[in-house]
Amino acid sequence: MADLFPLLKSLLAVPGLSGREAAAARLIAEHWRPLTDEVYLGRLGSVHALKRGVADAPRPSVLLAAHMDTIGLMVSGIQDGFLRLTPIGGVDARILPGQAVIVHATGNDRREDLPGLLAALPGTQAETLDFAHLCLDLGLPASQVAESVQVGDLVSFGTEAVQMAGEIVSGAGLDNRASIAAVTLCLQELRSRSHAWDVWAVATVQEEVTDSGAATSAFQVRPGLAIAIDTTFGKGPGADDWNTFPLGKGPTLGYGPNIHPALYRRFKALATQLDLPCATEFMPSSSGTDGMAMQVAAEGVPTFVLSIPIRNMHTPVEMACLTDIQRAGRLLAEFVAGLERDFLETLSWDETGEM
Amino acid sequence: MSKDITANQLALLETLCNACAVSGNENEVRRIVLQEVAPYADEVRVDALGNVLAVKHATEKNPLRVMLDAHMDEVGFMLVAEEGDGLYRFETVGSVDTKCLPGKPVWVGRHHTYGVIGVRPIHLMSEDDLKKSLSPDSLRIDLGPGGKASPGDWATFATRFRRVGDSLFAKAIDDRIGVATLITLLELAPPHLELLAAFTVQEEIGLRGARTAAYAFAPDLAIAVDATPARDLPLSDGAENTTYNTKLGLGPAIYVHNRSTMDDPRLVRFLRQTAEAANIPYQIRQPGGGSTDAGAIQRTRAGVPVVSVSVPHRYTHSPVSVARVEDWKNTLALLQAALLHLRPQVLA
Repeated sequence: MADLFPLLKSLLAVPGLSGREAAAARLIAEHWRPLTDEVYLGRLGSVHALKRGVADAPRPSVLLAAHMDTIGLMVSGIQDGFLRLTPIGGVDARILPGQAVIVHATGNDRREDLPGLLAALPGTQAETLDFAHLCLDLGLPASQVAESVQVGDLVSFGTEAVQMAGEIVSGAGLDNRASIAAVTLCLQELRSRSHAWDVWAVATVQEEVTDSGAATSAFQVRPGLAIAIDTTFGKGPGADDWNTFPLGKGPTLGYGPNIHPALYRRFKALATQLDLPCATEFMPSSSGTDGMAMQVAAEGVPTFVLSIPIRNMHTPVEMACLTDIQRAGRLLAEFVAGLERDFLETLSWDETGEM
Repeated sequence: MSKDITANQLALLETLCNACAVSGNENEVRRIVLQEVAPYADEVRVDALGNVLAVKHATEKNPLRVMLDAHMDEVGFMLVAEEGDGLYRFETVGSVDTKCLPGKPVWVGRHHTYGVIGVRPIHLMSEDDLKKSLSPDSLRIDLGPGGKASPGDWATFATRFRRVGDSLFAKAIDDRIGVATLITLLELAPPHLELLAAFTVQEEIGLRGARTAAYAFAPDLAIAVDATPARDLPLSDGAENTTYNTKLGLGPAIYVHNRSTMDDPRLVRFLRQTAEAANIPYQIRQPGGGSTDAGAIQRTRAGVPVVSVSVPHRYTHSPVSVARVEDWKNTLALLQAALLHLRPQVLA
């Protein structure tokens, strides 16, 4: 666990807003290259890393998909040296005033990261606070802003990742770099394990906006099984319903139409056998993850969704428990290592066993 | 030309802004102030409320007794109840901009323990929810499961000072920039004045420290040095912004009137003349609203002629305020020139 925070912190430090994931992709490829046999970028920019199994070819493969893109903001206009904004992904405008940000400026044919902050325009009432009432202040003269920044430039949150008491980490982008870290842990674990199946670790693009990363990667890799690793709602401030899960009590196993029931049962039995804490997360219609696109890729893929609870999702102060990330990584590795060569042929629709 | 702000002055302001001193617990800033004024003041004491009162004696007989005031405290939070799982209820102290609470990191207690003001994910908000404001009562300071604080701990936004070009980004520019200014003015005190520097407490919750400080000093006149809002942003409807209060970059803001004070017209005129004679840019703060320690000082004993001079800054009482180094420089230059030329005749 000592190495997990530095890994996660390095992953959180790199921006990667939906559609502009290249920097994150480079870093993730760097982490995965020594752990896998082959790494390349998909046509939309997703990182594909293959770790070959030991069974005779043609081997079945399992796709572990964690999206690397994050929510954020985009410059929609420039007015008197202030920037106007539009959200990329689901962003609640009411949390933005007073937020430190980084503008990834591309004006002047140069790339430049400029620190700034978000403010509500004068006279804005809390009740009507939306993107029309927000601006970004770079603290620079208007002429310099006009030169440095272009409409379409991206803006990410400037919150630094911090380790808190009780193995808790807070920062922007834990959705979904926490899962990228979990997949990395899984690959590390698999280095010393023999596994029959090929494993595709994939860091997908554009989950927060279009889902096209997972859809296209699943089409290209054509896996026998697909697992989406994502974050879910942590029990915390303002979130205490049936669909929220405590931090530090393990990952959640998705259950519902997006998930092949046999995969749920397999994961559940495995967690029990490993004495690894986890919760069942009911997903009555959509999982809201890469699992949705992967399940219906090509002729269809049996799909599972494994999630890590985080508090304050889609805010600059998301919060996760390192232990949960570690457990998710271990569970994935044990699942992969335990796949029998003919597991696909044994996938059953029978409702056997307990929930 | 006025002298540029030095690296040492900026470093001091950085230390002051990064310190946490919510009204009622000004310890961190008081410690810094006591250390900084020691080389320059002839007398320093801490009064019953916690004000730091520093005196630089005049070398002449029957000098003019001039009080300079800057408040040490800042707005913030107090934890008031523990709810378990690392969550704490809190109250705001002073007029925190409550639009800025959700999703911000905070420093809690003496050790600046990192926490965040959590908020329900947007995914779990209904359309109706999103049209309402996030009421401060519904928010919690979250130290994470396993995180520990005590009800009664104070907290501030967790913001580290940084300089970007000519701009300063920091919390508590209101009024650490005044505190830093007073320290420099003490250092450069002209010998003909009895200089009475009050670094006050509890300004943000009702100008409380200034009242006893002014009583103790019994000055002939007083200047409150503070930071005032610059609401000089475009309006969302594109209309002309005519209620900007002050604008960044136009120099020190001289007050003529606010909610708590009628600034003394003789002192206002003297400051304007001083600025014009020395070619120092200044602006008149738009009258109305707001208040400074001058309001409490004015009504002390038999009355004290007062004036306020503020450094303009954007985003008052929020996690990050923005001020310009140039404005600070010109504020210092104006006050320094004013002290140099200040004579009893100004009040004649």
